[in-house]
Amino acid sequence: MAAPLLKVQGVSKHFGGFTALSEVSIAIAPGERFGLIGPNGSGKTTLINCISGSLRNDSGSIEFEGKEISGLAAYRRTRKGIARSFQIPRPFHSMSVLENLLVPYEYVVHLKQSDAEQQAMEILRRIGLADKAHAQANQLSQVELRKLELARAMAARPRLLISDEAMAGLSGSEVDEVLKILFSLNAEGITIIMIEHIMQAVMRFSQRVICLDAGKIICEGTPATIVANPEVQRAYLGA
Amino acid sequence: MKYWIGAAAVLVIAFLTALSGLNEYFFYAAFIVLQFMVLATAWNILGGYAGYVNFGTAAFFAIGGYTAVVLFKWLGAPLAVQIAAAALVSGLLGFGVGLLTLRLRGIFFAIATVAIIFIMETMMVNWRYVGGATGLQLLRPDVTQPFASYTRMLFVVMALLVVIAVSVARYVQISWIGRGLRAIRDSEEAAECSGVPTLKLKLFACTVSGALMGAAGAPMPMYLSFIEPASSFNLNYSVSALAMPMIGGTVHWIGPVIGALLLGSIQQIVTVTISSEINVLVIGVLLVLFVVFAPDGVLGLFKKLWPRRS
Amino acid sequence: MFFSFDLLLEAVLFGVLLGCFYAAVSIGLSVSFGLLDVPHVAHPAVMILGSYFTYVLAAYGLDPIVAGVLLMPVFFLLGILIYRFYYETFEKRGTEASVRGLAFFFGLAFIIEVGLILGFGVDQRTVQAAYIGSSLELGEYRIPYRMLVAFGVALVLTFSLTLYLSKTFTGRAIKAVAQDEPALRLMGANPVRIKQWAFGIATGVSALAGAMLIIVGPVEPAMDRLYIGRTFCVVVLAGLGSMTGTLAAGLILGIAESIVLMMTGASWAPAVAFGLLLVVLGIRPQGLFGR
Repeated sequence: MAAPLLKVQGVSKHFGGFTALSEVSIAIAPGERFGLIGPNGSGKTTLINCISGSLRNDSGSIEFEGKEISGLAAYRRTRKGIARSFQIPRPFHSMSVLENLLVPYEYVVHLKQSDAEQQAMEILRRIGLADKAHAQANQLSQVELRKLELARAMAARPRLLISDEAMAGLSGSEVDEVLKILFSLNAEGITIIMIEHIMQAVMRFSQRVICLDAGKIICEGTPATIVANPEVQRAYLGA
Repeated sequence: MKYWIGAAAVLVIAFLTALSGLNEYFFYAAFIVLQFMVLATAWNILGGYAGYVNFGTAAFFAIGGYTAVVLFKWLGAPLAVQIAAAALVSGLLGFGVGLLTLRLRGIFFAIATVAIIFIMETMMVNWRYVGGATGLQLLRPDVTQPFASYTRMLFVVMALLVVIAVSVARYVQISWIGRGLRAIRDSEEAAECSGVPTLKLKLFACTVSGALMGAAGAPMPMYLSFIEPASSFNLNYSVSALAMPMIGGTVHWIGPVIGALLLGSIQQIVTVTISSEINVLVIGVLLVLFVVFAPDGVLGLFKKLWPRRS
Repeated sequence: MFFSFDLLLEAVLFGVLLGCFYAAVSIGLSVSFGLLDVPHVAHPAVMILGSYFTYVLAAYGLDPIVAGVLLMPVFFLLGILIYRFYYETFEKRGTEASVRGLAFFFGLAFIIEVGLILGFGVDQRTVQAAYIGSSLELGEYRIPYRMLVAFGVALVLTFSLTLYLSKTFTGRAIKAVAQDEPALRLMGANPVRIKQWAFGIATGVSALAGAMLIIVGPVEPAMDRLYIGRTFCVVVLAGLGSMTGTLAAGLILGIAESIVLMMTGASWAPAVAFGLLLVVLGIRPQGLFGR
């Protein structure tokens, strides 16, 4: 491919004696829709944490837009254009929904409050949370919290958006809603990495998918390739 | 704007009160309550806004006092310079402790602040220039005009420090810094991933907090005409500076002020009528009661009784 | 600074005994904070409460160690109560309660300290026993018997707790709950009950530790602050959750303090624990054997 947007090379991460990631390498092209699947505990979130900066990788390199970022603090990576949502929602619970979005607007995009509020409301409208804009974040339902996670990541105006199980617990139509938003974001040029357990969503969305198991990549390819791969089937269904 | 008018009014009232014929004891007691207002407000900038519990208020406070003493003894510096220097030194101390431990979990920062009390106290106990364990007597300068006594002047100085401290806290609270600190308190990981430079903001809050505590401590040696380690590093300062905001309410700058007023007054009354040990026990018990049953403090109780759209 | 090799050796010897004592005193915290993640800054205060109860029982003629052992079940129950209260009020509510949890334990420590002052005054208290006051003479070195007794009890305590955690079913459940609570839940075990039990054990152990404390030297209510430094230093230096590390860390602290005591006298020795703690937090916060 032409210069990849994100290049992960030989990344490993250990926790004490436990190896969470072992020599993982991926290259993601700008504008790509990339799926990441794998059974629970396979290292998906650890990989995301290493890319976003919540964790430091023990070895290997991570390059974003051609520059090494593994030594950078997470907030710097967000300012460079990497945003993520959290698998277990972490809202700023003492703030309103709107205020939650103002944080990335203030700290990443550096907009004046009035402009930020306008743009934040647009995101909320897009994602279907506009009527809850002034509700306190800790009063939202689980589903609404997941949408807030995504909205907050969108507010950071990322070039690379990592969605970590944003659809868990959503109904069929809600899944479609979120997929539509992700597709439209991608159409605007945002590269998206999607981690999901909802297979039909991943397969519909992704151009390329990799499957992790026990910290290693066991398969990489198009959705059709992945689904047909016996190793993947084994990892998910057991021997 | 309303705030600044209010602040100016407070200063004018303080000034006029000091010139009035009120009982001297009032100024002795009020000075202490005002001092706690500064300490509580300072504590809340890091503890309430950002959620990092500082248990070493006594250290920052005492080092402020000792810095003032050193400047007074060495250079005969006036009170204003003593206060500025105390703020600088305690601010640096705050920065140092923060740099060492704010990357880690909150409890390690809290324990490190306990360590600072111990280490600073041991250092002062072993430093003969400031009197070591027995302490140092100080002669107050004669400057008291236009006030009838030095204590009255200190009362006005402390009132000014309260206004300064509260103004700083208010600015932090309503500015973008405040939102960042709240984000850190609510979810530090999400804050970091939303572009908030969490370490820098925490260091800022810790430094400012320490500096204000040092400033509060600087007039103390003049107030007592005396300085010694045991009373300067008294744990009561640490517990009170923590209890007052938690009881008053931590989300708004008025919370620590209310807490200091309430608890400070209770302290004065109990110490005089019963004993100083009971006083300290009362603070501890109130702290635990509020932390368990009324976590949002007095402010929270008001909100429940008189709910209004925020 | 010139000192004789003999003095150094004596300091190291004393430091080893002291270090084992520090390890035993900290092992309760290793469980409650290291494994269970409870911000238990009141651990030293509870231990000193144990010292004072030992003092009271000793006044009735009981040997202090016997008193300590008798107090263990009482403190075990106290530990369960404290944990239950902490869990219901703070841990259940999630991370927003962590500041309050910490404030709670500071408040508790403070209340215990002031309560002891009100009950016993600020003066130091000691206990009497056959082995307190005399020393064993080993060639040129004199080792106080009370230190040997404390050393012995400390070793027994540390080893039994370590064995308990690694060999018994409940013990291993405790370690499991520290590492992977969801997995434990899936296996049908109730993590809250296990943690409660563990906290109870940690507090029961503190009772005996308190008895040793008053054997080793006089106690006073404000000592809990000094011991916050020593116990957290040992637990952090060991690495959270490492029992064997606690012994190693205790030894390091004990020897360091002993040498500083020899070189500078009593004025700087208390600061050693805190200073070492800050150094560890700054350079290697996961400690020697951290998980």
